[in-house]
Order: sequence, then C-alpha cells, then structure tokens
Amino acid sequence: MISVSGLTVERGSERVLDGVAFGAEAGELLGVVGPNGAGKTTLIRAMNGTLDYEGTVKIGGDALADLSTRETGRRVATVPQETALSFDFTVREVVAMGRHPHTSRFGTHDPDPVDRALERTDTMRFADRAASAVSGGERKRVLIARALAQDAPVTLVDEPTGGLDVNHAVRALELAADLAAEGRCVVAAIHDLPLAARYCDRLVLLADGGIVAEGTPESVLTATNLSRAFDANAAVARDPVTDTPLVTALPEATASRGGSVHVLGGGGRAVPYLHPLVAAGFDVSVGPVPEGDRDAEAARALGCAVETVPPFDPPSSEQVADALAATDVAVLAPVRESVAHSLDPTPSRLPPRTVVVGDAWPFPPDVSADAPPERVVEAAGDTTGVRRPAED
Amino acid sequence: MGATDTAVETPRKRRLRAAGWCAGLAVLLCLTVVWAASVGPVTLSTATVARVVLDALPGVEFRTTQTAEAVLMAVRLPRVALAAVVGVGLAAAGTVMQGFFRNPMADPSVVGVSSGAAVGAVAVIVSSASVPFGLGRQLAAFAGALLAGFFVYLLATENGRTPVATLLLAGVAVQTFLGAVVSLLIVQADDQGLREATYWLMGNLHGATWEKVVVALPAVVVGTIVLFAFARDLNVLLLGEADAGSLGVPVERTKRVLLAVSSLLTGAAVAVAGVIGFVGLVVPHAMRLLVGPDHRVLLPASALAGGSFLVAADTAARTFVGGLPVGVVTAFVGVPFFLFLLRRREVSGL
Repeated sequence: MISVSGLTVERGSERVLDGVAFGAEAGELLGVVGPNGAGKTTLIRAMNGTLDYEGTVKIGGDALADLSTRETGRRVATVPQETALSFDFTVREVVAMGRHPHTSRFGTHDPDPVDRALERTDTMRFADRAASAVSGGERKRVLIARALAQDAPVTLVDEPTGGLDVNHAVRALELAADLAAEGRCVVAAIHDLPLAARYCDRLVLLADGGIVAEGTPESVLTATNLSRAFDANAAVARDPVTDTPLVTALPEATASRGGSVHVLGGGGRAVPYLHPLVAAGFDVSVGPVPEGDRDAEAARALGCAVETVPPFDPPSSEQVADALAATDVAVLAPVRESVAHSLDPTPSRLPPRTVVVGDAWPFPPDVSADAPPERVVEAAGDTTGVRRPAED
Repeated sequence: MGATDTAVETPRKRRLRAAGWCAGLAVLLCLTVVWAASVGPVTLSTATVARVVLDALPGVEFRTTQTAEAVLMAVRLPRVALAAVVGVGLAAAGTVMQGFFRNPMADPSVVGVSSGAAVGAVAVIVSSASVPFGLGRQLAAFAGALLAGFFVYLLATENGRTPVATLLLAGVAVQTFLGAVVSLLIVQADDQGLREATYWLMGNLHGATWEKVVVALPAVVVGTIVLFAFARDLNVLLLGEADAGSLGVPVERTKRVLLAVSSLLTGAAVAVAGVIGFVGLVVPHAMRLLVGPDHRVLLPASALAGGSFLVAADTAARTFVGGLPVGVVTAFVGVPFFLFLLRRREVSGL
C-alpha cells in the first residue's frame, strides 16, 4: 500500500532522513520507533506530502509527487501530534474538516462519517464544545476522529499515545490496530517502545535519519539494536501480562569496577541488585535458579550469565559449588529461609569475598535486607574488607 | 437526546443559518441605504427615496419629483452606494486577512496594500498630473496597491513557500517605508495639494460619483465571490498549514489566491475612498462573535455588515457640522468598540 525508497529530507544543511526505504501493506499496523530527533515526524510528514523530499513515496502504486493535494488527502489521513487551533471552532466542525478532500467546493459534507468518527473516538460527548477548550488528551482524540472522518486507505499517526493517560493510550492503539484489521494500512510513530511492541505487527527502528532494524517487534527490540539506536543501556524482557517485549532503559555503566560477582537468589530476590551491579561495571552472573524465575528473566534482559535448573527441581549443592567456584565475589540475596538452606553455600565453597544480605542465611548479615541496593554494590566492591563468613 | 439534537449543526442547518444571516443582513443593508439617502440638508422621506430607487431600475416606473430625483441620483445615492461597496470590500478582505494570518490584529492594510495605494494617490495629487477620465487618482492608487502587495509577496517568498510570519513582517516593513514616502511627497506639496492629500489619507467618500462606483463594484463583487468560494479552505487553513496540507488543501496556491484577491479588493476600495481604517478590523470581529468562526457564514455576513457599517458611518460623517472624513468616524466608533472586544474573551480566545 505504501512503499518508500531512497527517502531523503534535508533541513538546512542537516540531513534529517537519509535514504530511508521500507514498505507497509494494507491490513498492517507498522510502528516507527526511535529516539527523539530520529526523524519519525519528518517521515510521517514526507509520507503525507506536506514536506519536500528526495526519493520516492508511493501510495497504492502511484507516486505521491504525481497526486494532487486533494487526491493525497483522500488516500492518506494523518493524525498530527498537535494542531494549531485558532478561533473557536467546535469539535464537530474540526472533525468535519476531515471530509474536506471528499467535498466539492460548494458542496456540503456527508454528516454520517463525522458522526461515526465522533462515536468511535468517544468524542461525541463534547462534540459541541470549542475544540480549543478541551483538554490536551481530548484534543488528541479529536484529531484521531478527524483522521477517521477522512476515511482514507492509509492512516498515518504521529504519536498516538502522546499526552494520553494509560487508559486512553491503550484505547488509541486498540483503535489503530482495529483500523489495520479493517484492511487499512496504518503507520504510527510511537515513542513508547513496550506499547509499540504490543500493538504493532512490524516495527521500523529509526535512528540518525536511517533505519537500524526492521521486522517483528521481537526481532527489532533487542538490546543490541536499542543500544545502537538510542545510544543507551537498555534491557529487554518480556511483559509478564502481555508476553510482549518490555524495554527498560537503564543508566549507562557509571564505573568499570572489574571483577566478577555471582548472585545467589531465587524467586526474584536477586533482581534489585542485578542492574546496580551491572551498572557498577561488574561481570555479573546468576544461578542456579529455576527456569522461568524472575531472577533468570532479569539476568537475561541485562545480558548476565544465568545458570538454570528445571522448575520444581531444587539445585544440587554441586551446582551451587560450581557456580561459585569461578567468581571473585558472591552476593547472597535475601531469599526465603527454605531457599537459603536448599542452596547450601558452605563457607569452604564461598569465594574470598562474600556479601550476605538479610538474615535468612546461616551467616551474620553484612547488609540488612531492606537496605538500598547501592549498599550491596558498595560492599561487593569493598576490596579492603576481604572476608568470608564463618559459620556460627 | 432532544437537547443535543438541536445543538448539533448539520450541514443543512449550517446552510439555513448562513442563509438566515445573509438575508437579515442584506435587508439591514437595504434599510441603511434608504435611511442614509433620506438624511441630508434637504430632508426626504424614506418613501420618496424608495420610489426614486425603484424608478431608476429598468422596467419599473414610479412617480417622482424632479428635485428629489436630482438630489438623490446626482449627489446622495452615488455616495451611499460607494460607501456600501467600499464597506463590503474592506470587511470581506479583513475577514480573510485575520483568518489567513491567524492574527486578530490583521486587517487589509497589513500587507502594505493601503500604503501602496496612498503613495499612488498622493503622488498624483501632489504632482497635479493630468487626470484622464477624472479617475487618475483612483487608477494610480489601485496600481500602487497592487504593486505594493505583489512586492511584499515576492519579498516573503522563498523556494515557492510564503511563511505567514515572514509575510506579516515584510508587510509591516514595506508599510513603514511607504509611509515615509508619503510623508516625503506631502512635504513637497503646495498648500492645496497638502490639504487634498491629507483629506484623502483620512479616508473620505466626498466627491463620490457613479463612475467610481462602476470602477469599484465589479472588483468588489467578483473578489468577494471568489473569497467565498475559498471559505472552507480558509477554515481548514486555520488548523495550521501542515494539517491543511494533509487534509487536501493545496496550501501555497490557496494562500496566493487569498492574498491576491484580498489585495485586489482592498486596492479597489482604497482607490476610490482613501484609507479608511477599522472597517476591516472591527466588523469581522463583531460578526465572529455573532455567527461564529466558520467562514462559510462569517464571510458573507461580515461583507454585508461592513457595507451597512460604512454607509451609516459615512452618513454620520457628512451630516456632522462642516462634514468629517469618514475615516475619522470609523476610528471614533471603531476604536472604543475594539477596546471593548479586547476586554472580552473574543480577542484573547485567538
């Protein structure tokens, strides 16, 4: 339905987009993701013909450059990020402007599509209020309604969730997904990566005016791609509720402490200490923990080595011993007492430096269980106090 | 549901509302014209005025008196008709300019058209050049208006795009420059020229003739109709140029048409009546309060109301002891009214 090739947009001396090429089919919701300034909005504006560009944009087989503005308006509907509303047009009047490309100069528009658009976006309630007087979130829905009234086979959405609360953000994306399911081609620039992953059929990851990755959300949202595109440390896990990729941005590693730290945990108790330890520059490993345990998920998302055992099958003391054999520092996470005993780290097997967190372990705690994770990081890096706990 | 049903404006209802306002304001304009023509040193009844006007129409005959016909046809009616035409033109152009610039202070003079007209007219007055058909001053003013408007447009256009903010700034700059040129011309003038030029600059309908009406009328009528044809595009343009483009409005072309036609309207009005301020500013604002922002209703309503306003203002001007330039009256009425609007929500709501 849409095919873009060699798309280059220059603003002044800066290349905002540089040879971008991709396509989107009818019935597909394609998400364009990327950092601020990657050119997402520019891409949307090139695709609706309101920006000069080099390269080709084809809509339904015809080059955009050959279509009249009016014909483009019939084929491509756009939900902009914001709109400049001057004078007090009512919400209904603004939505009715979506019928502009379908209406002859002195003709009147068909009121039905406008009513349907108002109903569908839940804006009918304030249809007769001034559009400049509704809240930012309501205005966004008015703009979505306007694009619905435009009734075009291609719908471009610039930040469907921008300025919306969680409920309306999800509803806006549900609506976008519905439009795609009806057979339209929907391209949406979305800054919220987890929501984009949840609703889009495919993603295009844009950075520095070029495409970094393109494909299914799972294949695009990887730690490697994200660190290239966002120049940031990101962890990708799976959302426990929707089972779609969940992206968490982490602070850059602040120091490079060096040395390896092994965390003994289970049941998610190791999670609070993992990313601070990683950020501090330690080479972190985790395990043995049951497969599917939250500790294992978090460790994988952070790129740590994980040793797992089958669920409901407690690790043997040999497995624990092997895990601890190669590490410089052991961190004993504040697990439940039963777990602590089943893991069986006897003093002879512990590495030279060990940080005991909480009172479940049979050793006196170095850090209390409710202390901030930074205390654990500090203790792990404390080279002066090399110690191995002795059993009481 | 009953309450919302009546509040909902369907396209049909909007057409009815537009027709209602236009019919009402057209009647008001006719009444104002008849009343204005009856006022003067020789008091005539409105019935007499109506009879003379109807008698002048082809195919209709009414019994009239010679005096009444002479006073009305030669003196009062050309002036009243000219006031109506100029008022319609200025108000229509003003409505479009405010929408076009998305600026409540915009009026037809912002793109330098009025100043261009002033330079043309004052140059002819001061140089006391020969006057073909008695309309040299008008032609010079009209030419000056269009040249200035075109020049401002060229100044503000780069790579085929004319940003509205640049246009506004270029307009203000050119306006100031042309204002200086007018001052320079006036300084060079003799007493007679000085008096005439000053009088012209204040805006007046003194010395209105049917010839002037014939010159201005076609431009104003055609121009207003063209602007009306673009009323819906103008509505969409108010959402911003990027939005308008995505809604199928060819933005740059539409801007060019709107700018050219409103300059033409203003040029025609200024050429025959001098610089009459505040009609293009106050009338559209007042009508926007009454009929709302939809240009499909607002534009014809403003145009008709502008006609009535200027006819009434000019009647006040000429009946004042010694006679006043109509520009003085529109400013005296317009400024307080505008300040009143400023204190209300209309202007701040923009």
